[in-house]
Amino acid sequence: MSHTFQLDGANIGFEPGQTVMQAALAAGHYIPHLCYHPEFKPHGSCKLCTVKVNGRTLASCTMPAEAGLEVESNTDELNALRRTLVQMLFAEGNHFCPSCEKSGNCVLQALGYDLEVHSTGFRHQYPDRPVDASHPEVLLDFNRCILCELCVHASAEVDGKHVFALAGRGIEKHLIVNAESGQLADTHFSVNDKAMAVCPVGVILRKEVGFSQPIGMRRYDARPISAQALEDAPRVPAGDSHE
Amino acid sequence: MFSCGTSVVPSLEPILLKHGNDAGQLLQILTDVQQAFGYIPPEAVNRIAAHLNIPLARIRGVASFYSFLKLEPHGEYRLLFSDNITDRMLGNQSLLDEMCRQLWLQPGKVSEDGLVSIGLTSCTGMCDQGPAMLVNGRVITRLTPQRVREIGDLVRRRIPLEDWPAEYFVVEDNIHRAGPLLSNPFTPGDALRAALGMGEAEIVDAIKRSGLRGRGGAGFSTGLKWAACQQAPGSEKYVVCNADEGEPGTFKDRVLLTRQANWMFEGMTVCALAIGAGRGYLYLRGEYRYLLEPLQDVLQQRREAGLLGRDILGHAGFDFDIEIHLGAGAYVCGEESALIESLEGKRGIPRNRPPFPVTHGYRQQPTAVNNVETFCSAALALAMGVDNFRAMGTEKSSGSKLISVSGDCARPGIYEYPFGVSVQEVLDDCGAVNTLAVQISGPSGICIGPNEFNRKLGFEDLPTAGAFMVFDDSRDMFEVARNFVHFFAHESCGFCTPCRVGTSMLKQTMDKIAEGHGTRHDLAEVENLDLVLQTTSHCGLGRTACNPVLHTLKHFRPAYESKLKSLDFEPAFDLDGALARARRMTGRDDAGAHLKAEDV
Repeated sequence: MSHTFQLDGANIGFEPGQTVMQAALAAGHYIPHLCYHPEFKPHGSCKLCTVKVNGRTLASCTMPAEAGLEVESNTDELNALRRTLVQMLFAEGNHFCPSCEKSGNCVLQALGYDLEVHSTGFRHQYPDRPVDASHPEVLLDFNRCILCELCVHASAEVDGKHVFALAGRGIEKHLIVNAESGQLADTHFSVNDKAMAVCPVGVILRKEVGFSQPIGMRRYDARPISAQALEDAPRVPAGDSHE
Repeated sequence: MFSCGTSVVPSLEPILLKHGNDAGQLLQILTDVQQAFGYIPPEAVNRIAAHLNIPLARIRGVASFYSFLKLEPHGEYRLLFSDNITDRMLGNQSLLDEMCRQLWLQPGKVSEDGLVSIGLTSCTGMCDQGPAMLVNGRVITRLTPQRVREIGDLVRRRIPLEDWPAEYFVVEDNIHRAGPLLSNPFTPGDALRAALGMGEAEIVDAIKRSGLRGRGGAGFSTGLKWAACQQAPGSEKYVVCNADEGEPGTFKDRVLLTRQANWMFEGMTVCALAIGAGRGYLYLRGEYRYLLEPLQDVLQQRREAGLLGRDILGHAGFDFDIEIHLGAGAYVCGEESALIESLEGKRGIPRNRPPFPVTHGYRQQPTAVNNVETFCSAALALAMGVDNFRAMGTEKSSGSKLISVSGDCARPGIYEYPFGVSVQEVLDDCGAVNTLAVQISGPSGICIGPNEFNRKLGFEDLPTAGAFMVFDDSRDMFEVARNFVHFFAHESCGFCTPCRVGTSMLKQTMDKIAEGHGTRHDLAEVENLDLVLQTTSHCGLGRTACNPVLHTLKHFRPAYESKLKSLDFEPAFDLDGALARARRMTGRDDAGAHLKAEDV
C-alpha cells in the first residue's frame, strides 16, 4: 500500500495524521518511550523515542508519518543515546527504587532494565523536593518526578481541573499544584481523576494501599516494557494487516 | 513605586484594562505588575487569575519562567551584573565583589531590610561598552570601581532611579563602519511606495530576487518565507519582528532599533502588504526596555504620516498596525516558535514542528517572523532596487551585514560590511592584535583560530547573526567555553531531558575541571554529553549548547588538558579539604589530622 514507511527494515502502514510512534505501535513495533501516552497528544519532551529518519535524529512520537520514510530505531547508536537519557533522569531526581511503592509498576525503572542501564553514570543531583502529604487520600512525592507533563495534560484536558502545572526553567523546572497554598489538599483533585492514573513513576500515589500488590507480581515483573507497551497500545483491527 | 504593605488590587485594574483583560497578554500584564511593584505579589497573582479566569498555577508557571519576573520581593533595587565573557574580560566579577562589599550582601540574597539584591544576568547586549548592569531593568554601561561606589551610595540613600545621573544610562551606538543599512539615504515611505506599485506576488518575487536571507542566523530565504505565508490559508495573518537579541556578543539590533526603527517598521509594513497581514508585533527583549518609548514615538509618527494604521498611504483597505511586546529575560524566546508562545503570554517553550509558523504561528495563524535586520534589509532592497541590493555581497549572501565587534580590540562597536568580508579584515579594522581566537555568531556559533582568519563571513563559509568576539593570546579559551556553558545551562527552557539535564551536567563537569579536579574521564563525559545534546535536543539551543566546548576542544585542547590531574579517577571534591572544618574545631593540624596523598 502507498501509506507505508520503513522502520528498521519492516514495512509499517499508517493512517494520515498518525505520527511515526503511533503507526509503529499500532503495527506491533515497539519504540522505547516515556512521556508518550496513547490517549494524549504527543509533545515529545523526554526524547527517549528519538529515531533516525533519513539521517536526522528526531522524536518519533511527534514526527508525522510520511510515505517512504526510512526510520532507524533499534540500533546500538540510538539505544546508547536512550540509555544516557534514562541515566540523566535517574541522576536528576531522587530515585530509590527499592523503597518506592511504584517499583515494578514504574515506567522509568522498566525502561532502565530493558535498556540495560547498570548505573546512573552521572553525578546525582540530589535536588531538595519536599513531599506533599496534605491530601487525605493522595501523596505527592516530587522526588521521583521526571517532568513528563502527563498529569498536567490529563488534569486539564480530561478532568477539566488544571490541578497541575509546570514552573521554573531549565534544571529548576518543577511540577506545581494549582492552589494558593501550593498544597494538593487545597485543589479539587480526586482519586478518580485521570491525572491520578497517568503518572508513569511514583509521584502521584494512593495512600493506605501501598504494597497491596506484592513485589514480583507487578506490571513489569512479568514481562519487559517492550512487550507490555505493545499490549497497551491501540492496535490495528485483526485482518487489516499493513505488512 | 514599591507599595509593599498597601493593597495592590487598585493598581491592578488599569494594568488589566490596558491589556484588554486578555489572558493572551499575560506576560505583558505580569511585566507591568513587576515594574509597578518590584515583584509580582501573591494578591496580584490571585486577582489576575480570578479576573482572567485562568488557573493561578499557570500564572506562577509563566512568571517563574522569565528571569526578570519575581514572585517574591527582590529588593527595592535589583542589581544584575551582565555576565557575558566580554563583561568578564572587562572585570565584572571584581566589580560585583566590590558592590557586595559596599552593601554588605551576598550575591543572590536580598538584604535583610529588603533594600537591595545583587546577582548576575545573561549578556545585556552592551559588550561594546561594558561592563554593564541592569538596575530594576534599566541598563547602566561602562561600570568602573568609582561608578560602583557611587551606585552603592545612591542605593543606600534610597535615591529614586529617575534621579540617578543621566550619564549612567547613556548607550552609545559606536558605529565604526557604515554601509547602506546604517547610512540609508531614503525617507520613510520610499520602500512602501515602491511596494504599492507592485502586486502582492510581485513584492514576494522581488524579495526572492534580492537574494535576501534571514539575518538572525539561520539564513532562510526571506522571499520563500513570505511566499509560504502569503499562500497559507488563514483568517488573520501576522507579521512578527524578532528583536529578542539575546545571543551573547550581539548588539547590532540595538543600534538598528535606535537609529533605523523607521526602516524596520517599514519592512514589517511591506511584509504585511505582501502576505496580507493586518497586525504586527515587535518582540523587544526586556534588556532593551529603555528603547520602548522612543520606538512607540516612531510608531506614532508613522501613524501620523499615513504609513501605519488605516488605508496606508491612501490605499483603501491596506490596514496595518504594530504593537510592541516586551520580553522578560529568556534567551530561548529568540527561537521563533518560542517567541510566538511568549507573545501568546505563555512559557517560552519551542513548539514541535511541523507545522511551521508560516502556516500555524501566532494564534495558530500564518505568521512571518523575521529579525530586525532582515526587515530593514527588505525595505532597503525595495527602495534601492533589488538588482542593486543583489549586487552587494556574494552570490549566496547578498546585501550587507552588521557585525557587533567586542572583546580584545581597540575599537569595539558596529561595523557594516558587504557579505564576504574576511575575519582578518574585520580584525584589522577594529584594531585587534595578537588575536588567539574569534567567536563568530555567539556561543551557539563557531570558534576559530588564526589559521582560519582568512575565512569569509557569509552563508557560503561562516554564517553569522552578527556577533564577533575577539580573544587575544592572554585569554584562557577554556574559561571562555565555561562561561558559554554556564550561559546555556541558565537559559535552557527545561522542556526536553537532554538539554535540561545535559546543560547542567556539562556546567558541573566544566566547573570540576576548572577547580583542578578534572581527569581524562571528565573530558570523555563532556564528549558524551555533547553527543546527546547535539543529537536529541528539542531545539537549536540544546543542539548548539555543546558547540563552545566542541570547538575549543578542537582548537585549544591543551587549555583543557593543562587543568587535568593526570589520573584516571579524581573525586569531584577535595577529601583532605573536607576535613578542614573538623581540624579547626579540634584545633589540630598535625599529620594525623590530614589524609595522606596515598589515602586520597
